[in-house]
Amino acid sequence: MATRTADPHTTGGKFTWRERLFTTLQKRGAIAVLILVVAVSALAFDNFLTAQNLQNIVLQGAFLGLIVVGMTFVIISGGIDLSVGSLLALGGVLAALTVPVFWPLALILPPLFCGLIGFGNGLLIAKAKMAPFIVTLAGLLGIRGLALAFAGERPIGIDGGSPFAWFGQGQIFGVAVPIIVVLVAFAVGGLVLARTSYGRVIFAIGGNEESARLMGLPVDRTKIIAYTTSGALAGLAGALLAARLSAGDPNGGLAWELDAISAVVVGGTLLTGGAGSISGSLAGVLLLSILQNLINQVGTLGSYAQQLVSGFFLIVVVVAQAYLTRRQRV
Amino acid sequence: MEQQAPVLEVRRVTKRFPGVLALDDISFELRPGEVHALVGENGAGKSTLIKVITGVYRPDEGQILFQGEEVSFSEPRESQEAGISTIYQEVNLIPLLSVAQNVFLGREPRGRLGLIDRDRMNREADEILKRYGIRADVTAPLRSLGLGVQQMVAIARAISVDARAVIMDEPTSSLEAREVETLFGVIRQLRQEGVGVIYVSHRLDELYEICDRVTVLRDGRVAHTGELAELSRLQLIAHMLGRELADVQKEGATGFGEEHETAEEPVLQAQGLTQHPRLREVSLTVHPGEVVGLAGLLGAGRSETAKAIFGAEPVDSGSLKVGGEEVKMGSPAAAIKAGIAFLPEDRKSEGIIPDLSVKENIVAAALPRLARAGLVSEKAQDELVEEFMQSLGIKASSPDQPVRELSGGNQQKVLLARWLCMNPKVLILDEPTRGIDVGAKAEIQKLVDDLAVKGLGVILISSELDEMTEGSDRVVALRDGAVVGLLSEDEITEGNLMELLAHGEDSGNGAKENGRDADG
Repeated sequence: MATRTADPHTTGGKFTWRERLFTTLQKRGAIAVLILVVAVSALAFDNFLTAQNLQNIVLQGAFLGLIVVGMTFVIISGGIDLSVGSLLALGGVLAALTVPVFWPLALILPPLFCGLIGFGNGLLIAKAKMAPFIVTLAGLLGIRGLALAFAGERPIGIDGGSPFAWFGQGQIFGVAVPIIVVLVAFAVGGLVLARTSYGRVIFAIGGNEESARLMGLPVDRTKIIAYTTSGALAGLAGALLAARLSAGDPNGGLAWELDAISAVVVGGTLLTGGAGSISGSLAGVLLLSILQNLINQVGTLGSYAQQLVSGFFLIVVVVAQAYLTRRQRV
Repeated sequence: MEQQAPVLEVRRVTKRFPGVLALDDISFELRPGEVHALVGENGAGKSTLIKVITGVYRPDEGQILFQGEEVSFSEPRESQEAGISTIYQEVNLIPLLSVAQNVFLGREPRGRLGLIDRDRMNREADEILKRYGIRADVTAPLRSLGLGVQQMVAIARAISVDARAVIMDEPTSSLEAREVETLFGVIRQLRQEGVGVIYVSHRLDELYEICDRVTVLRDGRVAHTGELAELSRLQLIAHMLGRELADVQKEGATGFGEEHETAEEPVLQAQGLTQHPRLREVSLTVHPGEVVGLAGLLGAGRSETAKAIFGAEPVDSGSLKVGGEEVKMGSPAAAIKAGIAFLPEDRKSEGIIPDLSVKENIVAAALPRLARAGLVSEKAQDELVEEFMQSLGIKASSPDQPVRELSGGNQQKVLLARWLCMNPKVLILDEPTRGIDVGAKAEIQKLVDDLAVKGLGVILISSELDEMTEGSDRVVALRDGAVVGLLSEDEITEGNLMELLAHGEDSGNGAKENGRDADG
């Protein structure tokens, strides 16, 4: 008794400034870097801050962004979804195939069908207790095969005159439609994650699944919904990308699952689950997208530069996260 | 109160796990407005019973009635919604979420558009916590609080829903004395409101202070149930350990021989081991050729003492000497180098490597010593392994047989051989015969005896009274993390030992707020 001086009824003592720094770095680092990069680029390149260029940047990240919203949910819950790249391809192919039949169906069928596959992933993970990595890795392989089979291994063109093309190429008040869709997705996702019971349960599961179960939270249902959402958003992204490119490409979205994971992690979401934010993920996507844009502007650099810089960001963020998770276990 | 219908009733419940009958025809009643103690030693079935009640497990046979109706919960969520709140021994909250979020997880106050009303949530969480004497920033992440406060938050969460039955599994194991008082205040309030409370603890003082009735479980059966006040401490312990008070003097059932000749100079001296809040000022000495028993009920600090000596757990203070030389605390490497060997309680997770062969398991720890310029001669290894397989009587088809295929007793011998390869001076055995069949048990007991005869100092931890009394030359009795008594030679009888565990005076510095449990 004599050895303990700390009053157990007070709090906050263990939260050192170092931990605070790392926490802030991990949570808000992406946004800070984003602002910094934008500021520097605005000074360095005359045509960086033009409306057209900014729109390009956001549009470039829009399709990946839809996937990232779902991925954020899945990763915070402590899981991973590797099937989204293939689901995006499948969504595009399904859209291209249904446009000639009845074009509104091309907007509904891809998210529905891909959501159903996500639901299957979720069932296997939550109910059959299989590892998310393996289940969705199987999805990554199998769904790609399905997309290739549906498309006959070739991209399928979409008639540019179809009203469907507007969802990829059209504008509302000068803003590209996919941008509006992705912004809505981020807004809704952020609200759900931060301000609904469902969102808090996602965090609880990622923080400690066993505790969440013992606290009486609906663990299985929550996980299944997360994977279903991830699948549906990937399908929707595929449909919109097909509308933009006027083609459904079964080879589209290759390795996008990895880009999505990078964006989420760079955005400050713990890869081990339990902490993260949608706003961070948005910053992560924009950061990746701006890097690409800058490298295009410089012109003399190859695509290796973007990969190099993304890799560097990722490692910095992951080191901060590793430090944090270690602290948490102590 | 006597005539009221029980709020919770367990009727003839049986639960089997592969190879184990965890609950054997258990019946149990919780009346409204009573605090019902549930006690029993390790493996008695307390945790299983709680998990069956809360829906983590399903009973194989029998019924559970809640407020007079038969229920069948398939998830903890369902029992919670029905009105059974549970506080688990380990804090079961989410460390990264804020205190308020933890209190309200799954039932957050809603505002406009059905979104969470954060201000209201924080305000209400603050009010709830204040009611239980907790002052904490409710917006801070839970992990920034001390363990005791975290446990109080868990308790606040569980009680702030309208429960008719509250189950507390070792709620005080991480609480300070003052927090325990607050908790008891809360429990008394619950009793007045007619809530039934199941209270699991090993601290006799607490049980007698707060509980009305008691149910003792042993080996998956109900050993006793009745008013607590009518039961003396000694009787309670006798029920827990499965001894009739009349025949605790009976002896001669184990493989141990007579007392040993011991040398003058101690081989091991541990002085004032303190690890807040589990150990207080624990001191013990072991002479060469002596078996020192560490006795105590579950949670008394036996395993913690062993781990502190071996350096597997850091200590706040205390010193250790082996053969007169000071040994650095908190470092197993230093302890091993000084000549301490430790066979942990849980040999599956802390000892054997199941898929490796008998040979590989035996030489695993000795390899660095056997190596010459980084190379290990196969011949030297084979000789060593051969020697120990013979001297310990390890029954395996060959040295290359995977250890997982051996019986429990032989696995234990393989572990013993691994440590003996290191030529230890002191051997610490934590429950060496648990889960081992009777024949192998006697063999291991004889081995321990032989090793002591050869001059090894042995520290023996065992929950089995006869093993403790017949195996030890001296017994150090622990209670709530402090030494409460010593017995030597002829004084070592089951009767004396139980008397010590029930009433022994605390020789530590007097505080009464510890004794953390090591296992569920």
